[in-house]
Amino acid sequence: MSDNTTSIVLAGVGGQGILLASSIIAKAAMIAGFEVKMNEVHGMAQRGGSVIAQIRYGKNVHSPLVEEGTAKVFASLEQIEAIRFAHYLSPDGLAVVSTQTIVPVTVSMGSGKYPQDVKQRLEKIFKNLIIVDALGKANELGNIKVANVIVLGAISRGLDLPLETWHEAIKSEVKEKFADLNIRAFEAGRNS
Amino acid sequence: MELLSGNEAFARGAYEAGVTVAAAYPGTPSTEILENIAARYKKDIYCEWSPNEKVALEVGAGAAQTGARVLVTMKHVGLNVAADPLMTLAYTGVAGGLVIIVADDPGMHSSQNEQDSRNYAIFAKVPMLEPSSSAEAKEFIKIGMDISEKYHTPVIVRSVTRISHSKGPVELCQRIQPRTEFGFVKNPQQYVTIPVWARKMRVQLEEKLGQMLQASNESPELNRIEWADEELGIITSGICYEYVKDIWPTASVLKLGWSNPLPDTLIKDFAAGVDKILVIEELDDILELRIKAMGIDCIGREFIPGIGELTPSVLRQCKAKMQGEEYIVPAPVEESKDLPARPPVLCPGCPHRGVFTVLAKNKVVVTGDIGCYSLGSLPPLSSLDTILCMGAGISMAHGMDKAKANHKVVGIMGDSTFFHSGITGLLDIAYNKGASTIIVVDNRITAMTGHQENPGSGKTLMGEDTIEASIEAIGRACGVKRVFSINPYDLAETSKVIETEINTNEPSLIVSKAPCPLAVGKPVGHKRNVDAEKCKVCGMCLKIGCPGMEGGEKGQVPKVNKLLCAGCGLCEQVCKFGAITMDKEI
Repeated sequence: MSDNTTSIVLAGVGGQGILLASSIIAKAAMIAGFEVKMNEVHGMAQRGGSVIAQIRYGKNVHSPLVEEGTAKVFASLEQIEAIRFAHYLSPDGLAVVSTQTIVPVTVSMGSGKYPQDVKQRLEKIFKNLIIVDALGKANELGNIKVANVIVLGAISRGLDLPLETWHEAIKSEVKEKFADLNIRAFEAGRNS
Repeated sequence: MELLSGNEAFARGAYEAGVTVAAAYPGTPSTEILENIAARYKKDIYCEWSPNEKVALEVGAGAAQTGARVLVTMKHVGLNVAADPLMTLAYTGVAGGLVIIVADDPGMHSSQNEQDSRNYAIFAKVPMLEPSSSAEAKEFIKIGMDISEKYHTPVIVRSVTRISHSKGPVELCQRIQPRTEFGFVKNPQQYVTIPVWARKMRVQLEEKLGQMLQASNESPELNRIEWADEELGIITSGICYEYVKDIWPTASVLKLGWSNPLPDTLIKDFAAGVDKILVIEELDDILELRIKAMGIDCIGREFIPGIGELTPSVLRQCKAKMQGEEYIVPAPVEESKDLPARPPVLCPGCPHRGVFTVLAKNKVVVTGDIGCYSLGSLPPLSSLDTILCMGAGISMAHGMDKAKANHKVVGIMGDSTFFHSGITGLLDIAYNKGASTIIVVDNRITAMTGHQENPGSGKTLMGEDTIEASIEAIGRACGVKRVFSINPYDLAETSKVIETEINTNEPSLIVSKAPCPLAVGKPVGHKRNVDAEKCKVCGMCLKIGCPGMEGGEKGQVPKVNKLLCAGCGLCEQVCKFGAITMDKEI
């Protein structure tokens, strides 16, 4: 637990664009002059399963893995995944949760229930919580694929990286023709 | 400075080292190494997906014997397949540089076992390097090439999931220009392993190991002591080094980057400078046992688990335990206890779903294999009964048949697995008069690892057009007479062919043909809707296990998730009440 290292954990469901969001955070931290390490999940775990990505930045970073209970910011692109991985957040950390719901196949099979009181649970778990209707906002922007970058905008409120590093990071990580759209998505999330 | 994953850094290392040939079979977590070589360096490096790891290593051996610098990559279980050439390649040695990257998967994120590849280096008597970060991943390929050329030996570089799939800063350097001419220099006493010459090679191999032992003791860029507190000295390697630096920031550390041959003198020097030695290694207790065998007292396995992957949290717990304290890692919150699980599933629109839907209806034992279709083992399809290794889906079916099992057996595997090691099993069935039904789910791509080309795809890793190997033709050439191609999206046809063949007393090969929709990048067809008036809530459409069909509370009409539905129409075909209809939207 190096005191000067900032840890971030992103959760969601395989295919939601967690990897892009985490790459942008890593890039922004790098542009801001920090050493960065990150870890992501590939392979079997990606096929619609629960996934997390971990990013750490600071002056001198060793482990790419975040210890449970130490993340400064924790975000989830899916509601119940926020609950599943909530224990990564530090007691004073910021949680950002997208209201998107993806019902697991186990629910359809009758071997589990999607909880109806997600909002109450989130409010009980997280002291410092931003709930974002990322899918709704992405729809307003005309492309549901930017929901992840909207969440990223909200995440940025909990991190000490300058705004211009975020913009620069987005431009470097997305295709040029989607840069403007993604920057608007980021702003929508940052101002939510 | 760039932020590269371990796998990107390995690829960069090959480029900078002047590698000109690279071969691999895809396997998580190693796959992206060759993908990156193809994407960024194919102008300078010939690269290929070989049909399996044994072929890849033999291609690598041939290339290296012409004096080229060569990279071969695979996942840990791939090294089992390539073990045969490895063992003897250590005897003949190599003329050029040959580095084998093997990526272990502690914790089994995407693997069927968590074998520790460090054993292979000792077993095969070849050097092993273990990078701790992306920066070292790149550098160790270059150093590995130098060692390989200096001692004429293949070198294994060991990665793990957390090295391959973690990103970290890497300083880029220029490419070392490779030589301009390659050619094999005949020397039968060096390259022909008939016993009379192999016995001499065996002696030379031990001499090389002796020289390398000395070198590993004197290679501070690989094996270094970081002196700090004298009370505790930690000996570690690979990714664990980074965890150690976080958890024991004040301990003295001996970081082993070249772990075989084990630098004995260095270890003795380290031991002399600290009060107590703790060995931290992931999986087997290889270092600990060898250090103890040197007569040096150390602790390790009694505090550090040997099952699963080590993480900073696990090590923080170990540290507390060593100090007689307790550290409780924050556990999932109370509110998460009743959450529905979210296991990986076959994607919406996956063509394998039709085949498993039919198999689930039939009382058969299904011997399965490694690939996306492994997911057919999970509920609600639950129709895959064994997974052993690449190829066993076919051969085990034959074994059950020959044991006169009191049930029907169907063997199933994918196209890439069939090319990898299914053909010999099929030949065995035809040759030895078996009667198994074999299904090859042929989506023309190696899907599970992220869509790599294979001999059936019509494209090489270099991006060139090539042959599209026919599984049906291979089956016929093996001597299988009953060969069928089916469209797995047509449930009636799929059902008819599979059921007929299960009940036929001779070998049959059914090729289920449909490309992976994710690889094609297009939906299969029009999205579907559930007509609430016609729906009787019988649940049939939920039994196919499609994430695009969402069931609710008991008695509630299921609904199609339009974001996920790929329009394969399987749900429509299993609905007996005509309640599922086609949407205008594709």
